[in-house]
Amino acid sequence: MPDLNDQSLTIDGLAPNGRGRVLIIACGALAHEILAIKRMNGLDHLDLQCLPAILHNHPERITDAVRDAVEKHRADYDRVFVAYADCGTGGLLEMACADMGVGMIRGPHCYAFFDGVDQFESRGEVTAFFLTDFLARQFDAFVWKPLGLDKHPELLSLYFGNYDKLVYLAQIDDPELDDLARKHADRMGLAYERRFTGYGELETAIKHA
Amino acid sequence: MKAIAMSEDDDLILSDLNDEELVEQMFDDLYDGLKEEIEEGVNILLERGWAPYRILTEALVGGMTIVGKDFRDGILFVPEVLLAANAMKGGMAILKPLLAETGAPRVGKMVIGTVKGDIHDIGKNLVSMMMEGAGFEVVDLGINNAVEAYLEALEAEKPDILGMSALLTTTMPYMKTVIDTMVEQGIRDDYVVLVGGAPLNEEFGRAIGADAYCRDAAVAVETAKTFVTRRHNQMNA
Repeated sequence: MPDLNDQSLTIDGLAPNGRGRVLIIACGALAHEILAIKRMNGLDHLDLQCLPAILHNHPERITDAVRDAVEKHRADYDRVFVAYADCGTGGLLEMACADMGVGMIRGPHCYAFFDGVDQFESRGEVTAFFLTDFLARQFDAFVWKPLGLDKHPELLSLYFGNYDKLVYLAQIDDPELDDLARKHADRMGLAYERRFTGYGELETAIKHA
Repeated sequence: MKAIAMSEDDDLILSDLNDEELVEQMFDDLYDGLKEEIEEGVNILLERGWAPYRILTEALVGGMTIVGKDFRDGILFVPEVLLAANAMKGGMAILKPLLAETGAPRVGKMVIGTVKGDIHDIGKNLVSMMMEGAGFEVVDLGINNAVEAYLEALEAEKPDILGMSALLTTTMPYMKTVIDTMVEQGIRDDYVVLVGGAPLNEEFGRAIGADAYCRDAAVAVETAKTFVTRRHNQMNA
């Protein structure tokens, strides 16, 4: 069982263990979920490599990072699957995956594929700020500190003044994470909603990887 | 680095500085996001008889230009730029009513708004402020604007420039919807269309039929000035 320390998933990602015929190259923010899906479904043919989750904050770097990882490892596996959605790359990741002949997850981002891409889009919640399990745990590293709110809380309304609620998309039932996400909403001055999604379309994608 | 050397314990008296030193100090204060100091500096320069437009361009816009340059070079990041912008906003609030009274030159007019589905307005607000600082009249449509809102504003305001902003890759394609509708209605060439936002690039701007992509507020101002001058020259030819 690999060490799934959230901080190392954020900064370093996760190295593949070299076992399995199909390599999943994923965002570090999905490591817990993908390994759970693998375990629950007996998908022993899958190996997992994660890129640093903090790339979430630098989407312009994702495409090259994925391309490098695919090129580096593809010869060692029968197949590679990219467990990213568009994730702010503006179609560049999709083009790169098509170019490399590897599959990826449908949709704009993880919020959409956890909730269900079509359902997420039909909700049209443009004034909602979303968190997943991972982002609820790593809120300070992904939101609070990079936006300078730890030093300048007075900037809060400039960043989030147009938002009205925080929606926590929960992958697992965990009252502590629920409490934590609610605290984040309180800190941001937003209404709070917990929405249980389970693994959503991530599970389908990984099963068919 | 501070323009005026001083120890940590010294209290700098802004009114003791001569004009040149004060403007230099205001550059530093803007850089550090010190709103109250900027407001004080603006008031001192007004008391000394500076025209509001001169304070705006030389002290505030001058200072923000340095901030913009360091942001572009990766020396400053979004939080610092926001603090600086907030400080400039404090100075602008004092100057704005006076600018109207003193008949500051008007370079052109811009309608600007964030596109439908997008509520992020930090970049747009920065552009609005810098455009106003550069002498443009700005009509800000706010966030989440459907094509109808843009078209109504163009009809009502008759600006030189339409500015559109988006932060999300999911919303930026809507800029093309707006431009395509302008083309359909035969009004596209009546306006300069400038687009901006973190996920955009020049290629995207070209692909959707905008006149230019502006990577930051300072570039937006320079681009707007260039297009408006060209437009006025064409009209006068």
